[in-house]
Amino acid sequence: MIHWLTEPFTLQFMQRALAASLIVGVVCSVLGCFVVLRAMAFLGDALAHAVLPGVAIAYLLGANILAGALVAALVVAAGIGLFSRRGAVKEDTAIGILFAAALALGVVLISTVRSYATDLTHILFGNVLGVSPGDLWLTGALAVGVLATILLLYKELLLASFDPVLAHTLGRRPELLRFVMLVLLALTVVVSLQTVGVGLVAAMLVTPAATAYLLTRRLSSMMALAAVIGAASSVTGLYVSYYLNVASGAAVVLTATAAFLVAFVAAPGRGVLARRAAMRRAA
Amino acid sequence: MSTDDCLSLENVTVAYRGRTALDAVTMAVPHGGQVAIVGPNGAGKSTLFKALVGLLPLRAGRIELRDRAPGTQAQPIAYVPQREEVDWTFPVTVSDVVMMGRYGRLGWLRRPRAADRELVADCLDELGMADFAGRPVGDLSGGQQQRVFLARALAQEPHVLLLDEPFSGVDVGAKEALLDILERLRRRGITVLVSTHDLQTASQRFELVALLNGRLIAYGPPPEVFTAEHIGTAFGGHALFLEGMMVIDECGTGEVAGGQHCRDHERDVGDA
Repeated sequence: MIHWLTEPFTLQFMQRALAASLIVGVVCSVLGCFVVLRAMAFLGDALAHAVLPGVAIAYLLGANILAGALVAALVVAAGIGLFSRRGAVKEDTAIGILFAAALALGVVLISTVRSYATDLTHILFGNVLGVSPGDLWLTGALAVGVLATILLLYKELLLASFDPVLAHTLGRRPELLRFVMLVLLALTVVVSLQTVGVGLVAAMLVTPAATAYLLTRRLSSMMALAAVIGAASSVTGLYVSYYLNVASGAAVVLTATAAFLVAFVAAPGRGVLARRAAMRRAA
Repeated sequence: MSTDDCLSLENVTVAYRGRTALDAVTMAVPHGGQVAIVGPNGAGKSTLFKALVGLLPLRAGRIELRDRAPGTQAQPIAYVPQREEVDWTFPVTVSDVVMMGRYGRLGWLRRPRAADRELVADCLDELGMADFAGRPVGDLSGGQQQRVFLARALAQEPHVLLLDEPFSGVDVGAKEALLDILERLRRRGITVLVSTHDLQTASQRFELVALLNGRLIAYGPPPEVFTAEHIGTAFGGHALFLEGMMVIDECGTGEVAGGQHCRDHERDVGDA
Protein backbone atom coordinates (compact mmCIF):
# COMPACT_ATOMS: atom_id res chain seq x y z
CA MET A 1 0.00 0.00 0.00
CA ILE A 2 2.76 2.43 0.98
CA HIS A 3 4.65 1.47 -2.11
CA TRP A 4 1.51 2.06 -4.13
CA LEU A 5 1.28 5.58 -2.68
CA THR A 6 4.95 6.51 -3.02
CA GLU A 7 5.70 4.91 -6.35
CA PRO A 8 4.43 7.71 -8.62
CA PHE A 9 6.53 10.30 -6.83
CA THR A 10 9.87 8.59 -7.24
CA LEU A 11 9.89 10.25 -10.65
CA GLN A 12 11.12 13.84 -10.67
CA PHE A 13 8.53 15.13 -13.12
CA MET A 14 5.83 13.61 -10.92
CA GLN A 15 7.25 15.42 -7.88
CA ARG A 16 7.05 18.71 -9.77
CA ALA A 17 3.55 17.83 -10.93
CA LEU A 18 2.53 17.19 -7.33
CA ALA A 19 3.99 20.49 -6.13
CA ALA A 20 2.35 22.45 -8.95
CA SER A 21 -1.01 20.74 -8.41
CA LEU A 22 -0.95 21.42 -4.67
CA ILE A 23 -0.14 25.10 -5.23
CA VAL A 24 -2.93 25.46 -7.79
CA GLY A 25 -5.39 23.53 -5.64
CA VAL A 26 -4.80 25.83 -2.68
CA VAL A 27 -4.64 29.20 -4.49
CA CYS A 28 -7.66 28.54 -6.71
CA SER A 29 -9.77 27.35 -3.80
CA VAL A 30 -8.92 30.25 -1.47
CA LEU A 31 -9.52 32.93 -4.09
CA GLY A 32 -12.48 30.88 -5.31
CA CYS A 33 -14.30 31.63 -2.04
CA PHE A 34 -14.63 35.26 -3.14
CA VAL A 35 -15.51 34.16 -6.67
CA VAL A 36 -18.37 32.04 -5.32
CA LEU A 37 -19.62 34.61 -2.80
CA ARG A 38 -19.47 37.51 -5.26
CA ALA A 39 -20.99 35.46 -8.11
CA MET A 40 -17.95 35.99 -10.34
CA ALA A 41 -17.76 32.43 -11.72
CA PHE A 42 -18.55 33.45 -15.28
CA LEU A 43 -15.97 36.22 -15.06
CA GLY A 44 -13.31 33.76 -13.88
CA ASP A 45 -14.08 31.39 -16.74
CA ALA A 46 -13.96 34.24 -19.25
CA LEU A 47 -10.67 35.48 -17.89
CA ALA A 48 -9.22 32.00 -18.21
CA HIS A 49 -10.13 31.73 -21.89
CA ALA A 50 -9.05 35.27 -22.54
CA VAL A 51 -5.39 34.51 -21.75
CA LEU A 52 -5.22 32.24 -24.79
CA PRO A 53 -4.05 34.89 -27.29
CA GLY A 54 -1.30 35.93 -24.88
CA VAL A 55 -0.15 32.34 -24.60
CA ALA A 56 -0.24 31.97 -28.38
CA ILE A 57 1.75 35.12 -29.04
CA ALA A 58 4.39 34.15 -26.47
CA TYR A 59 4.54 30.69 -28.03
CA LEU A 60 4.97 32.07 -31.55
CA LEU A 61 7.63 34.52 -30.41
CA GLY A 62 9.37 31.81 -28.42
CA ALA A 63 8.92 33.84 -25.23
CA ASN A 64 7.92 32.45 -21.83
CA ILE A 65 4.35 31.20 -22.09
CA LEU A 66 3.45 32.06 -18.49
CA ALA A 67 4.70 35.61 -18.98
CA GLY A 68 2.57 35.94 -22.13
CA ALA A 69 -0.47 34.64 -20.27
CA LEU A 70 0.17 37.06 -17.41
CA VAL A 71 0.27 40.09 -19.71
CA ALA A 72 -2.89 38.97 -21.57
CA ALA A 73 -4.77 38.29 -18.32
CA LEU A 74 -3.92 41.70 -16.88
CA VAL A 75 -4.95 43.44 -20.11
CA VAL A 76 -8.27 41.57 -20.16
CA ALA A 77 -8.88 42.20 -16.44
CA ALA A 78 -8.40 45.92 -17.04
CA GLY A 79 -10.66 45.71 -20.11
CA ILE A 80 -13.49 44.02 -18.22
CA GLY A 81 -13.13 46.49 -15.35
CA LEU A 82 -13.45 49.35 -17.83
CA PHE A 83 -16.39 47.74 -19.68
CA SER A 84 -18.40 47.14 -16.52
CA ARG A 85 -17.89 50.69 -15.29
CA ARG A 86 -19.16 52.28 -18.47
CA GLY A 87 -22.34 50.21 -18.48
CA ALA A 88 -23.07 50.58 -22.23
CA VAL A 89 -23.95 46.87 -22.32
CA LYS A 90 -24.64 44.59 -19.36
CA GLU A 91 -21.53 43.15 -17.78
CA ASP A 92 -22.18 39.49 -18.61
CA THR A 93 -22.78 40.46 -22.24
CA ALA A 94 -19.47 42.34 -22.34
CA ILE A 95 -17.72 39.37 -20.77
CA GLY A 96 -19.34 36.95 -23.22
CA ILE A 97 -18.21 38.98 -26.22
CA LEU A 98 -14.69 39.53 -24.94
CA PHE A 99 -14.20 35.93 -23.92
CA ALA A 100 -15.34 34.34 -27.17
CA ALA A 101 -13.33 36.84 -29.20
CA ALA A 102 -10.16 36.20 -27.19
CA LEU A 103 -10.62 32.44 -27.49
CA ALA A 104 -11.08 32.72 -31.25
CA LEU A 105 -8.05 34.97 -31.59
CA GLY A 106 -5.99 32.48 -29.58
CA VAL A 107 -7.11 29.57 -31.76
CA VAL A 108 -6.37 31.55 -34.95
CA LEU A 109 -2.86 32.32 -33.75
CA ILE A 110 -2.13 28.79 -32.60
CA SER A 111 -3.53 27.24 -35.79
CA THR A 112 -0.70 28.89 -37.74
CA VAL A 113 1.62 26.36 -36.11
CA ARG A 114 2.00 22.82 -37.45
CA SER A 115 1.74 21.00 -34.10
CA TYR A 116 -1.51 22.85 -33.54
CA ALA A 117 -3.64 20.07 -32.04
CA THR A 118 -1.20 18.96 -29.31
CA ASP A 119 -0.29 22.51 -28.33
CA LEU A 120 -3.89 23.59 -28.09
CA THR A 121 -4.78 20.56 -26.00
CA HIS A 122 -2.00 21.35 -23.54
CA ILE A 123 -3.11 24.95 -23.19
CA LEU A 124 -6.80 24.10 -22.92
CA PHE A 125 -6.51 21.19 -20.54
CA GLY A 126 -3.10 21.56 -18.95
CA ASN A 127 0.02 19.45 -19.05
CA VAL A 128 1.01 19.08 -15.46
CA LEU A 129 3.56 16.36 -16.22
CA GLY A 130 5.52 18.85 -18.31
CA VAL A 131 6.11 21.42 -15.54
CA SER A 132 9.74 22.55 -15.65
CA PRO A 133 11.68 23.66 -12.53
CA GLY A 134 11.52 27.26 -13.82
CA ASP A 135 7.73 27.05 -14.27
CA LEU A 136 7.43 25.71 -10.75
CA TRP A 137 9.34 28.67 -9.31
CA LEU A 138 7.19 31.18 -11.21
CA THR A 139 4.01 29.35 -10.17
CA GLY A 140 5.13 29.35 -6.54
CA ALA A 141 6.03 33.04 -6.55
CA LEU A 142 2.71 34.07 -8.11
CA ALA A 143 0.83 31.87 -5.66
CA VAL A 144 2.59 33.42 -2.67
CA GLY A 145 1.77 36.88 -4.05
CA VAL A 146 -1.93 36.05 -4.46
CA LEU A 147 -2.28 34.44 -1.04
CA ALA A 148 -0.38 37.25 0.71
CA THR A 149 -2.63 39.87 -0.92
CA ILE A 150 -5.75 38.01 0.20
CA LEU A 151 -4.39 37.74 3.74
CA LEU A 152 -3.44 41.42 3.92
CA LEU A 153 -6.72 42.64 2.42
CA TYR A 154 -8.92 40.00 4.10
CA LYS A 155 -10.89 42.57 6.10
CA GLU A 156 -11.43 44.86 3.12
CA LEU A 157 -12.36 42.03 0.72
CA LEU A 158 -14.81 40.61 3.26
CA LEU A 159 -16.46 44.01 3.72
CA ALA A 160 -16.61 44.83 0.00
CA SER A 161 -18.05 41.38 -0.79
CA PHE A 162 -20.68 41.35 1.96
CA ASP A 163 -21.70 45.00 1.95
CA PRO A 164 -20.31 47.24 -0.82
CA VAL A 165 -22.49 50.10 0.42
CA LEU A 166 -20.86 50.12 3.86
CA ALA A 167 -17.45 49.71 2.24
CA HIS A 168 -18.18 52.82 0.24
CA THR A 169 -19.42 54.89 3.18
CA LEU A 170 -16.34 53.88 5.19
CA GLY A 171 -14.08 55.08 2.36
CA ARG A 172 -12.98 51.56 1.42
CA ARG A 173 -13.21 52.04 -2.38
CA PRO A 174 -15.18 48.89 -3.38
CA GLU A 175 -14.50 49.52 -7.08
CA LEU A 176 -10.76 49.52 -6.40
CA LEU A 177 -11.12 46.25 -4.45
CA ARG A 178 -13.07 44.79 -7.35
CA PHE A 179 -10.18 45.61 -9.63
CA VAL A 180 -7.77 44.00 -7.16
CA MET A 181 -9.99 40.89 -7.31
CA LEU A 182 -9.79 40.89 -11.12
CA VAL A 183 -6.00 41.09 -11.02
CA LEU A 184 -5.82 38.28 -8.45
CA LEU A 185 -8.12 36.21 -10.68
CA ALA A 186 -5.87 36.87 -13.66
CA LEU A 187 -2.77 35.81 -11.72
CA THR A 188 -4.52 32.68 -10.47
CA VAL A 189 -5.57 31.73 -13.99
CA VAL A 190 -1.95 31.99 -15.08
CA VAL A 191 -0.81 29.92 -12.10
CA SER A 192 -3.33 27.21 -13.10
CA LEU A 193 -2.50 27.21 -16.79
CA GLN A 194 -0.15 24.24 -16.72
CA THR A 195 -2.01 22.03 -14.28
CA VAL A 196 -5.67 22.22 -15.31
CA GLY A 197 -5.50 24.49 -18.36
CA VAL A 198 -7.76 27.39 -19.33
CA GLY A 199 -10.70 25.09 -19.99
CA LEU A 200 -10.89 23.72 -16.48
CA VAL A 201 -9.54 26.47 -14.23
CA ALA A 202 -13.07 27.79 -13.61
CA ALA A 203 -13.91 24.44 -12.02
CA MET A 204 -10.96 24.73 -9.63
CA LEU A 205 -12.02 28.27 -8.75
CA VAL A 206 -15.62 27.37 -8.06
CA THR A 207 -15.99 23.71 -7.06
CA PRO A 208 -13.83 23.41 -3.88
CA ALA A 209 -15.07 26.82 -2.67
CA ALA A 210 -18.69 25.83 -3.26
CA THR A 211 -18.11 22.56 -1.40
CA ALA A 212 -16.61 24.46 1.54
CA TYR A 213 -19.54 26.91 1.44
CA LEU A 214 -21.94 24.03 2.04
CA LEU A 215 -19.93 22.81 5.02
CA THR A 216 -19.02 26.02 6.89
CA ARG A 217 -20.71 29.15 8.18
CA ARG A 218 -17.85 31.65 8.33
CA LEU A 219 -15.59 33.03 5.59
CA SER A 220 -12.29 32.26 7.33
CA SER A 221 -13.23 28.61 7.89
CA MET A 222 -14.71 28.39 4.41
CA MET A 223 -11.35 29.48 2.96
CA ALA A 224 -9.36 27.06 5.11
CA LEU A 225 -11.62 24.12 4.23
CA ALA A 226 -11.65 25.07 0.53
CA ALA A 227 -7.83 25.01 0.54
CA VAL A 228 -7.84 21.52 2.07
CA ILE A 229 -10.44 20.26 -0.43
CA GLY A 230 -8.53 21.81 -3.33
CA ALA A 231 -5.23 20.28 -2.23
CA ALA A 232 -6.80 16.87 -1.57
CA SER A 233 -8.52 16.89 -4.98
CA SER A 234 -5.21 17.73 -6.66
CA VAL A 235 -3.34 14.85 -5.01
CA THR A 236 -6.17 12.35 -5.51
CA GLY A 237 -6.57 13.45 -9.12
CA LEU A 238 -2.87 12.90 -9.77
CA TYR A 239 -3.03 9.33 -8.41
CA VAL A 240 -6.10 8.63 -10.54
CA SER A 241 -4.29 10.06 -13.53
CA TYR A 242 -1.16 7.97 -12.86
CA TYR A 243 -2.81 4.61 -12.26
CA LEU A 244 -5.67 4.86 -14.76
CA ASN A 245 -3.52 6.66 -17.30
CA VAL A 246 -6.01 9.49 -17.89
CA ALA A 247 -5.55 13.26 -18.32
CA SER A 248 -4.43 14.71 -14.99
CA GLY A 249 -6.21 18.11 -15.08
CA ALA A 250 -9.53 16.48 -15.84
CA ALA A 251 -8.97 13.86 -13.13
CA VAL A 252 -8.33 16.63 -10.55
CA VAL A 253 -11.49 18.49 -11.57
CA LEU A 254 -13.62 15.33 -11.45
CA THR A 255 -12.29 14.50 -7.97
CA ALA A 256 -13.27 17.98 -6.77
CA THR A 257 -16.68 17.54 -8.39
CA ALA A 258 -17.18 14.23 -6.58
CA ALA A 259 -16.40 15.96 -3.26
CA PHE A 260 -18.94 18.65 -4.11
CA LEU A 261 -21.64 16.09 -4.90
CA VAL A 262 -21.08 14.35 -1.56
CA ALA A 263 -21.37 17.68 0.28
CA PHE A 264 -24.38 18.70 -1.78
CA VAL A 265 -26.23 15.58 -0.68
CA ALA A 266 -24.92 15.06 2.85
CA ALA A 267 -23.76 18.45 4.21
CA PRO A 268 -25.23 19.16 7.65
CA GLY A 269 -27.67 22.06 7.47
CA ARG A 270 -27.38 22.91 3.77
CA GLY A 271 -27.26 19.49 2.11
CA VAL A 272 -30.23 17.88 0.39
CA LEU A 273 -30.71 15.28 3.14
CA ALA A 274 -30.55 17.83 5.96
CA ARG A 275 -33.01 20.15 4.23
CA ARG A 276 -35.42 17.27 3.60
CA ALA A 277 -35.21 16.30 7.26
CA ALA A 278 -35.83 19.91 8.32
CA MET A 279 -38.87 20.08 6.05
CA ARG A 280 -40.22 16.84 7.47
CA ARG A 281 -39.75 18.17 11.00
CA ALA A 282 -41.54 21.38 10.06
CA ALA A 283 -44.43 19.53 8.42
CA MET B 1 -27.60 76.54 10.58
CA SER B 2 -28.46 77.35 14.17
CA THR B 3 -26.18 76.17 16.97
CA ASP B 4 -28.70 73.53 18.10
CA ASP B 5 -28.81 71.81 14.75
CA CYS B 6 -26.93 68.60 14.18
CA LEU B 7 -27.61 68.22 10.50
CA SER B 8 -28.73 70.76 7.97
CA LEU B 9 -29.63 70.42 4.32
CA GLU B 10 -29.72 73.44 2.11
CA ASN B 11 -31.30 73.28 -1.30
CA VAL B 12 -30.17 69.66 -1.71
CA THR B 13 -30.82 68.37 -5.24
CA VAL B 14 -29.94 64.80 -6.22
CA ALA B 15 -30.32 63.00 -9.53
CA TYR B 16 -30.73 59.23 -9.68
CA ARG B 17 -30.46 57.39 -13.00
CA GLY B 18 -30.62 60.63 -14.94
CA ARG B 19 -33.81 61.89 -13.30
CA THR B 20 -34.10 64.42 -10.50
CA ALA B 21 -35.11 62.36 -7.47
CA LEU B 22 -34.82 65.08 -4.87
CA ASP B 23 -35.42 68.71 -5.69
CA ALA B 24 -34.15 71.54 -3.50
CA VAL B 25 -34.71 69.99 -0.09
CA THR B 26 -33.98 72.36 2.78
CA MET B 27 -34.36 71.16 6.35
CA ALA B 28 -32.49 71.21 9.65
CA VAL B 29 -32.51 68.44 12.25
CA PRO B 30 -31.84 69.43 15.87
CA HIS B 31 -29.14 67.66 17.84
CA GLY B 32 -30.56 64.41 19.22
CA GLY B 33 -33.73 64.81 17.20
CA GLN B 34 -35.62 61.87 15.69
CA VAL B 35 -37.23 62.38 12.31
CA ALA B 36 -39.52 60.04 10.38
CA ILE B 37 -39.16 60.46 6.62
CA VAL B 38 -42.42 59.49 4.91
CA GLY B 39 -43.79 59.62 1.39
CA PRO B 40 -45.05 57.36 -1.42
CA ASN B 41 -42.86 54.82 -3.24
CA GLY B 42 -40.24 56.57 -5.31
CA ALA B 43 -40.56 59.77 -3.25
CA GLY B 44 -36.79 59.90 -2.79
CA LYS B 45 -36.50 58.59 0.78
CA SER B 46 -33.67 56.17 -0.01
CA THR B 47 -32.12 58.72 -2.36
CA LEU B 48 -31.98 61.21 0.50
CA PHE B 49 -30.16 58.68 2.70
CA LYS B 50 -27.74 57.72 -0.04
CA ALA B 51 -26.92 61.38 -0.58
CA LEU B 52 -26.38 61.87 3.16
CA VAL B 53 -23.77 59.08 3.31
CA GLY B 54 -22.11 60.20 0.09
CA LEU B 55 -23.25 57.31 -2.11
CA LEU B 56 -24.92 59.72 -4.54
CA PRO B 57 -23.37 63.06 -5.49
CA LEU B 58 -25.29 66.29 -4.95
CA ARG B 59 -26.27 68.09 -8.13
CA ALA B 60 -26.80 71.27 -6.14
CA GLY B 61 -27.01 72.48 -2.56
CA ARG B 62 -25.06 71.35 0.45
CA ILE B 63 -25.23 69.17 3.53
CA GLU B 64 -23.71 70.35 6.79
CA LEU B 65 -22.99 68.37 9.85
CA ARG B 66 -22.14 69.79 13.21
CA ASP B 67 -20.34 67.53 15.60
CA ARG B 68 -20.80 68.38 19.18
CA ALA B 69 -18.30 65.89 20.50
CA PRO B 70 -14.71 67.04 20.61
CA GLY B 71 -12.49 65.85 17.81
CA THR B 72 -13.46 65.28 14.23
CA GLN B 73 -14.56 62.05 12.68
CA ALA B 74 -14.15 60.70 9.21
CA GLN B 75 -17.59 59.11 9.08
CA PRO B 76 -20.07 60.44 11.65
CA ILE B 77 -23.15 59.15 9.78
CA ALA B 78 -24.08 55.46 10.03
CA TYR B 79 -26.54 53.95 7.56
CA VAL B 80 -28.63 50.83 8.16
CA PRO B 81 -29.76 49.51 4.76
CA GLN B 82 -33.10 47.87 3.95
CA ARG B 83 -33.07 44.19 4.82
CA GLU B 84 -33.62 43.19 1.19
CA GLU B 85 -30.32 44.80 0.22
CA VAL B 86 -28.25 42.39 2.30
CA ASP B 87 -27.09 38.93 1.20
CA TRP B 88 -28.17 36.84 4.20
CA THR B 89 -26.62 33.63 2.83
CA PHE B 90 -23.11 35.12 3.14
CA PRO B 91 -20.98 33.12 5.61
CA VAL B 92 -20.45 35.69 8.38
CA THR B 93 -21.26 35.53 12.06
CA VAL B 94 -23.13 38.16 14.03
CA SER B 95 -19.95 39.49 15.62
CA ASP B 96 -18.19 39.56 12.21
CA VAL B 97 -20.93 41.86 10.93
CA VAL B 98 -20.81 44.17 13.94
CA MET B 99 -17.01 44.31 13.74
CA MET B 100 -17.39 45.73 10.21
CA GLY B 101 -18.65 48.89 11.89
CA ARG B 102 -15.13 49.32 13.30
CA TYR B 103 -13.38 48.98 9.94
CA GLY B 104 -13.71 52.72 9.24
CA ARG B 105 -11.59 53.49 12.31
CA LEU B 106 -9.16 50.66 11.74
CA GLY B 107 -7.64 51.74 8.47
CA TRP B 108 -6.34 49.52 5.68
CA LEU B 109 -4.37 46.41 6.65
CA ARG B 110 -5.02 46.85 10.40
CA ARG B 111 -6.44 44.03 12.51
CA PRO B 112 -9.14 44.66 15.13
CA ARG B 113 -7.73 45.24 18.63
CA ALA B 114 -9.04 44.23 22.04
CA ALA B 115 -10.77 47.62 22.42
CA ASP B 116 -12.67 47.02 19.16
CA ARG B 117 -13.76 43.56 20.29
CA GLU B 118 -14.95 45.01 23.59
CA LEU B 119 -16.98 47.70 21.84
CA VAL B 120 -18.53 45.09 19.53
CA ALA B 121 -19.52 43.01 22.56
CA ASP B 122 -21.00 46.11 24.22
CA CYS B 123 -23.03 47.01 21.12
CA LEU B 124 -24.40 43.46 20.88
CA ASP B 125 -25.19 43.52 24.56
CA GLU B 126 -27.02 46.83 24.28
CA LEU B 127 -29.31 45.36 21.61
CA GLY B 128 -29.83 42.11 23.48
CA MET B 129 -27.94 40.07 20.88
CA ALA B 130 -24.92 39.04 22.99
CA ASP B 131 -26.00 35.38 23.03
CA PHE B 132 -25.98 35.30 19.23
CA ALA B 133 -22.42 36.60 18.72
CA GLY B 134 -21.09 33.39 17.16
CA ARG B 135 -24.17 32.55 15.10
CA PRO B 136 -24.32 32.93 11.30
CA VAL B 137 -26.48 35.94 10.34
CA GLY B 138 -28.56 33.76 8.04
CA ASP B 139 -29.95 31.85 11.04
CA LEU B 140 -31.58 34.89 12.62
CA SER B 141 -35.16 36.16 12.37
CA GLY B 142 -35.91 39.42 10.58
CA GLY B 143 -36.07 41.42 13.80
CA GLN B 144 -32.81 39.93 15.05
CA GLN B 145 -31.05 40.64 11.75
CA GLN B 146 -32.16 44.22 12.03
CA ARG B 147 -30.77 44.51 15.55
CA VAL B 148 -27.44 43.12 14.34
CA PHE B 149 -27.25 45.84 11.70
CA LEU B 150 -28.23 48.42 14.28
CA ALA B 151 -25.45 47.13 16.54
CA ARG B 152 -23.06 47.48 13.62
CA ALA B 153 -24.19 51.07 13.09
CA LEU B 154 -23.64 51.80 16.81
CA ALA B 155 -20.15 50.27 16.56
CA GLN B 156 -19.37 53.06 14.10
CA GLU B 157 -19.98 55.46 17.05
CA PRO B 158 -22.06 57.73 14.83
CA HIS B 159 -23.58 61.10 15.60
CA VAL B 160 -26.30 60.57 13.05
CA LEU B 161 -28.04 57.27 12.38
CA LEU B 162 -30.04 56.60 9.20
CA LEU B 163 -32.51 53.68 9.21
CA ASP B 164 -33.98 52.72 5.82
CA GLU B 165 -37.47 51.18 6.18
CA PRO B 166 -36.71 49.44 9.50
CA PHE B 167 -40.38 48.67 10.21
CA SER B 168 -41.14 46.79 7.01
CA GLY B 169 -41.07 43.02 7.16
CA VAL B 170 -40.76 42.74 10.94
CA ASP B 171 -43.48 41.69 13.38
CA VAL B 172 -45.12 43.91 15.99
CA GLY B 173 -42.83 42.71 18.79
CA ALA B 174 -39.71 43.51 16.78
CA LYS B 175 -41.14 46.89 15.89
CA GLU B 176 -41.79 47.77 19.54
CA ALA B 177 -38.29 46.56 20.46
CA LEU B 178 -36.87 48.86 17.80
CA LEU B 179 -38.88 51.82 19.07
CA ASP B 180 -37.52 51.12 22.58
CA ILE B 181 -33.99 51.17 21.20
CA LEU B 182 -34.69 54.49 19.46
CA GLU B 183 -35.87 55.87 22.79
CA ARG B 184 -32.55 54.88 24.38
CA LEU B 185 -30.63 56.46 21.50
CA ARG B 186 -32.53 59.67 22.09
CA ARG B 187 -31.23 59.76 25.65
CA ARG B 188 -27.71 59.27 24.35
CA GLY B 189 -28.11 62.27 22.07
CA ILE B 190 -27.83 60.39 18.78
CA THR B 191 -29.71 62.06 15.95
CA VAL B 192 -31.87 59.56 14.05
CA LEU B 193 -33.56 59.67 10.64
CA VAL B 194 -35.97 56.84 9.86
CA SER B 195 -37.62 56.31 6.48
CA THR B 196 -40.92 54.45 6.67
CA HIS B 197 -44.18 53.58 4.96
CA ASP B 198 -45.81 53.32 8.35
CA LEU B 199 -47.61 56.65 8.68
CA GLN B 200 -49.25 55.65 11.94
CA THR B 201 -45.95 54.99 13.68
CA ALA B 202 -44.53 58.16 12.18
CA SER B 203 -47.36 60.27 13.54
CA GLN B 204 -47.56 58.66 16.97
CA ARG B 205 -43.95 57.90 17.84
CA PHE B 206 -41.84 60.62 16.25
CA GLU B 207 -41.48 64.22 17.28
CA LEU B 208 -40.66 65.36 13.77
CA VAL B 209 -41.91 64.15 10.39
CA ALA B 210 -40.66 65.06 6.93
CA LEU B 211 -43.16 64.43 4.14
CA LEU B 212 -41.38 63.86 0.87
CA ASN B 213 -42.37 63.39 -2.74
CA GLY B 214 -39.51 64.44 -4.94
CA ARG B 215 -39.41 67.63 -2.90
CA LEU B 216 -40.01 68.37 0.76
CA ILE B 217 -43.76 68.92 1.08
CA ALA B 218 -43.90 69.50 4.82
CA TYR B 219 -41.57 69.22 7.79
CA GLY B 220 -42.37 69.64 11.47
CA PRO B 221 -44.29 68.03 14.34
CA PRO B 222 -46.79 65.36 13.13
CA PRO B 223 -49.99 67.42 13.60
CA GLU B 224 -48.59 70.16 11.37
CA VAL B 225 -47.41 67.73 8.71
CA PHE B 226 -50.33 65.31 8.53
CA THR B 227 -52.92 67.71 7.22
CA ALA B 228 -55.36 66.76 4.48
CA GLU B 229 -53.74 69.28 2.19
CA HIS B 230 -50.18 67.96 2.63
CA ILE B 231 -51.22 64.33 2.35
CA GLY B 232 -53.22 65.10 -0.76
CA THR B 233 -50.17 66.76 -2.31
CA ALA B 234 -47.87 63.87 -1.45
CA PHE B 235 -50.07 60.90 -2.24
CA GLY B 236 -52.44 62.43 -4.84
CA GLY B 237 -55.52 60.36 -5.58
CA HIS B 238 -54.32 57.50 -3.43
CA ALA B 239 -55.26 59.24 -0.19
CA LEU B 240 -58.80 58.84 1.01
CA PHE B 241 -60.37 60.73 3.90
CA LEU B 242 -63.11 59.11 5.96
CA GLU B 243 -64.50 60.81 9.04
CA GLY B 244 -61.26 61.96 10.59
CA MET B 245 -59.39 58.93 9.28
CA MET B 246 -57.01 58.80 6.41
CA VAL B 247 -56.49 55.77 4.22
CA ILE B 248 -53.74 55.52 1.66
CA ASP B 249 -53.70 52.91 -1.06
CA GLU B 250 -50.04 52.24 -1.77
CA CYS B 251 -50.76 50.43 -4.98
CA GLY B 252 -50.52 52.34 -8.19
CA THR B 253 -48.08 54.94 -6.96
CA GLY B 254 -45.09 55.75 -9.03
CA GLU B 255 -43.04 52.65 -9.47
CA VAL B 256 -45.67 50.14 -10.52
CA ALA B 257 -45.32 51.41 -14.08
CA GLY B 258 -41.58 50.81 -13.80
CA GLY B 259 -42.20 47.13 -13.22
CA GLN B 260 -41.78 46.96 -9.47
CA HIS B 261 -44.84 45.34 -8.07
CA CYS B 262 -46.48 46.92 -5.11
CA ARG B 263 -45.90 45.07 -1.84
CA ASP B 264 -49.31 43.59 -1.06
CA HIS B 265 -51.99 46.18 -1.43
CA GLU B 266 -50.58 47.51 1.79
CA ARG B 267 -52.65 50.17 3.40
CA ASP B 268 -51.21 52.74 5.69
CA VAL B 269 -53.58 54.29 8.13
CA GLY B 270 -52.78 57.45 10.01
CA ASP B 271 -54.61 60.10 11.96
CA ALA B 272 -55.58 62.97 9.73
